Amino acid sequence: MWRFIGGRLLQAVPVILTVITVTFFLVRVAPGGPFDEEKAVIPEVKAALEKQYRLDQPLFSQYVAYLGDLARGDMGPSFKYPGRSVNELIGAGFPVTAELGLYALLVAIGIGALAGIIASLKPNSAQDYIPMTAAMIGICMPTFLLGPLLVLVFGIHLEWLPVSGWGDLPGDKLLPSLTLGAAYAAYIARLSRAGMLEVLSQDYIRTARAKGLPEWQVVARHSLRGGLLPMVAFLGPAFAGLLAGSFVVETIFQIPGLGRFYVQAAFNRDYTMILGTTVFLSILIVLFNLLSDIIAAWMNPRLRHQFSGGA
Amino acid sequence: MELKALSPYPSSTGEPREEPPINPQEYPPNRDVAPTGRWHLYAVCLLAAFLTVAIGCSQDSYVESGNRDAILYFGNGTEPQSIDPHVLTGSPEATLARSLFEGLVIQDPYTLEIKPGVAERWELSPDGTTLTFYLHPEARWSNGDPLTAEDFVWSWHRALNPRTGNQLADQLYSVRNAEAYNTGAIDDPGAVGVKALDAHTLQVDLEYPDPFVLQKLSYIYNAPVHRATIEAHGGMTERYTGWTRPGSFVGNGSFVLDDWKMQRYVTVKRNPYYWDRDRVHVEKIVFRPIESAATEEKMFRSGQLHATTDVPNSRIPFYRAQSESPLIETPVMTVYYYMINTRRPPLDDVRVRHALSMAIDRDAIAGSVLKDTVLPSNNYVPLGMPDYEHARGLPYDPAGARELLAAAGYPDGEGFPDVTLTYNTSENHRSVAVAVQQMWKRELNLDIEIVNQEWKVYLDTLDQENYDIARMGWIGNTYPGSMLDRLITDGHTNRVGFSNARFDEIINHDIRSNLSPARIMALYREAEQILLDEAPLIPIYSYKSKRLVQTSTEGLPGNAARAFNFKYVVLDPYAPAWQAQTMTP
Repeated sequence: MWRFIGGRLLQAVPVILTVITVTFFLVRVAPGGPFDEEKAVIPEVKAALEKQYRLDQPLFSQYVAYLGDLARGDMGPSFKYPGRSVNELIGAGFPVTAELGLYALLVAIGIGALAGIIASLKPNSAQDYIPMTAAMIGICMPTFLLGPLLVLVFGIHLEWLPVSGWGDLPGDKLLPSLTLGAAYAAYIARLSRAGMLEVLSQDYIRTARAKGLPEWQVVARHSLRGGLLPMVAFLGPAFAGLLAGSFVVETIFQIPGLGRFYVQAAFNRDYTMILGTTVFLSILIVLFNLLSDIIAAWMNPRLRHQFSGGA
Repeated sequence: MELKALSPYPSSTGEPREEPPINPQEYPPNRDVAPTGRWHLYAVCLLAAFLTVAIGCSQDSYVESGNRDAILYFGNGTEPQSIDPHVLTGSPEATLARSLFEGLVIQDPYTLEIKPGVAERWELSPDGTTLTFYLHPEARWSNGDPLTAEDFVWSWHRALNPRTGNQLADQLYSVRNAEAYNTGAIDDPGAVGVKALDAHTLQVDLEYPDPFVLQKLSYIYNAPVHRATIEAHGGMTERYTGWTRPGSFVGNGSFVLDDWKMQRYVTVKRNPYYWDRDRVHVEKIVFRPIESAATEEKMFRSGQLHATTDVPNSRIPFYRAQSESPLIETPVMTVYYYMINTRRPPLDDVRVRHALSMAIDRDAIAGSVLKDTVLPSNNYVPLGMPDYEHARGLPYDPAGARELLAAAGYPDGEGFPDVTLTYNTSENHRSVAVAVQQMWKRELNLDIEIVNQEWKVYLDTLDQENYDIARMGWIGNTYPGSMLDRLITDGHTNRVGFSNARFDEIINHDIRSNLSPARIMALYREAEQILLDEAPLIPIYSYKSKRLVQTSTEGLPGNAARAFNFKYVVLDPYAPAWQAQTMTP
């Protein structure tokens, strides 16, 4: 088990190093720089600015210096927000994005798994088609459409919930979580339906039914663990996707999260901020993939044996 | 860049309405979820817990509680990058900084008249080149330290020091040797024309008699900063030290920094040491960074904001139709135009440039494309420039345009080389570009290609003058020089290859000769006429600012300079939040 985790973490090092290197040079290739504005900056001032941010040095020595700082946990000063470090900006935005992602994931699992299981119990009936059609619509409906739609209905028309904010007014976390979770709920519904269908057609389920177990016991005690495996494998990447992809929802609902910083950093050519968030998110993605592998192994006895056998 | 005033714009006072708006919060119905197994049991429990926590009970809107407790909720565009007056560049930053700092003089938000700020009074020498300011004896920093003339000397040295990287240092260039010091031509800050004669007397020597100097000194970029605080957190010219944080911050404005949660809010509270504190009514201001105009408008409608920075175009008709409308539309000193690269054939021919400009129906663009949210204009100096009579722009004359194009050798567009119109990615710019492209096709039979580029890529393209025709908007101040000065030969932001000897002479020499204001305006008019005749730019429209302000809130009038001053804001403690009237047939 520990060897498995250790091995996976070691594999991650070259991946993350590649991400840093590619991002570092790619953002520099993009035309335009952090200090370009409509009003041209006089050359003396521009030179002074570049000097303060080390941009006057050769690119390769900037790269080496950046790696050195990063090894010490310092992601540098933000170009866009003078007086703020990238660490501070990530520290301010990430907890909010993580909270939003977590709620969205709960929404996705709650709605998705339930719909998938209900659909799988009577395949090719109305009980299957209705949730699965809803899931298909959920997958197709982009968040930038669903969000404003929910706001219009629940915020403006019915006046039940606040139209924006995060932790300012009671209930303001509900619509963003629902919006972000909806698309993932739809994926999870399809995955869990497929997983459940496969398990329910197995011999041991037939045996369970043959010996007269009530249907709810068949489902709850014998099918769920196996049937939800595909969903669990999907959760790691899904959570990482929720964190990286919450930008649209954060903008619609005016949420002070990391996603907005990330996208704006690219538009602003805030080099250190682009790099910092990319590195931070790639580490998270690696960790969540690992975590979902471990959970999947715990749920799957065959893989568990492999671990204890030291494979 | 900063702006200034047009006409007094009194805000209307709201009549009390029959009942206060309520904001019911209810549970969403239908959570009839039956757990069928352990897994969903967990999921459903968590979801239910989350729903319960997330939804509470109803409460007053922010506007109502704010009116009662004298707290102003202000929608302020984007997250402020900085509040350091010598670092900030954007408009939300300037608005916020105007509550935290104060220059020698300020602008009245209603009339844009110059009023005393830190300086109680001032004298101008007869030759127009020496200003003597007498500082208010009670002027203090927010920590109680007295504010002295020496503070201004140190602050302006910092603002002009090239190492500070102040992108708006040119706002001080009317001061003697300011430009030379800022561009590194001289190294001694002592040569800059600012001296403390004693603790409360400041002498400012000017480079030339500048009739707009007081206006420029009212801009927040020229405000003083607290030396001891800055030096306690780093060097004089270090941009990214922590002196602007809550707890460390020291300023001299009518308000002082209280709290700052990134992407959530910045709050400021009354400064007890402000010299004119008795006039300040508001206890606290909450600046909310709200990027999306649609979100901001929804927040306004649900009573969470006293004022917004913008209004989505699609909502303008709704607000215009209200009998007691919170919508304030004011012409501002910003113009939308196409730049023509005059170094490239066939655009180097002035007849071609005239033909392109005369084939554009600006009324149609402002009306059908932009729904009357802008003012069609064939002038480069924005409409509503105070005390200024505009030069004569090119008329909309398709027949004349066709003749000019034929005279240039392209009858009915024949043989016209490939020309591209470039704009930065945005829905509005695209709509305008498509309309112009169609007009050029219809009237002149020209096939112009339109291309969009991401903003920073676009700026790079412009800097390298690697374009044929390109969109630009320019925010000026309430004096014509803020628009025209940069177009001198080889000016930093000229970018169109425009060069005219008489134009250069007016800008660099004539207006600097201690003339009457009327004579100066006439010279600017002559310069604008040259520009419009040479047509290196095609003006299309002049902007209006569109904001929503609670009808019960006083002191936030529309003005051409977008110069808010929060010390004049008065909230009515009993006023309800604005609500749309039901439309009567």
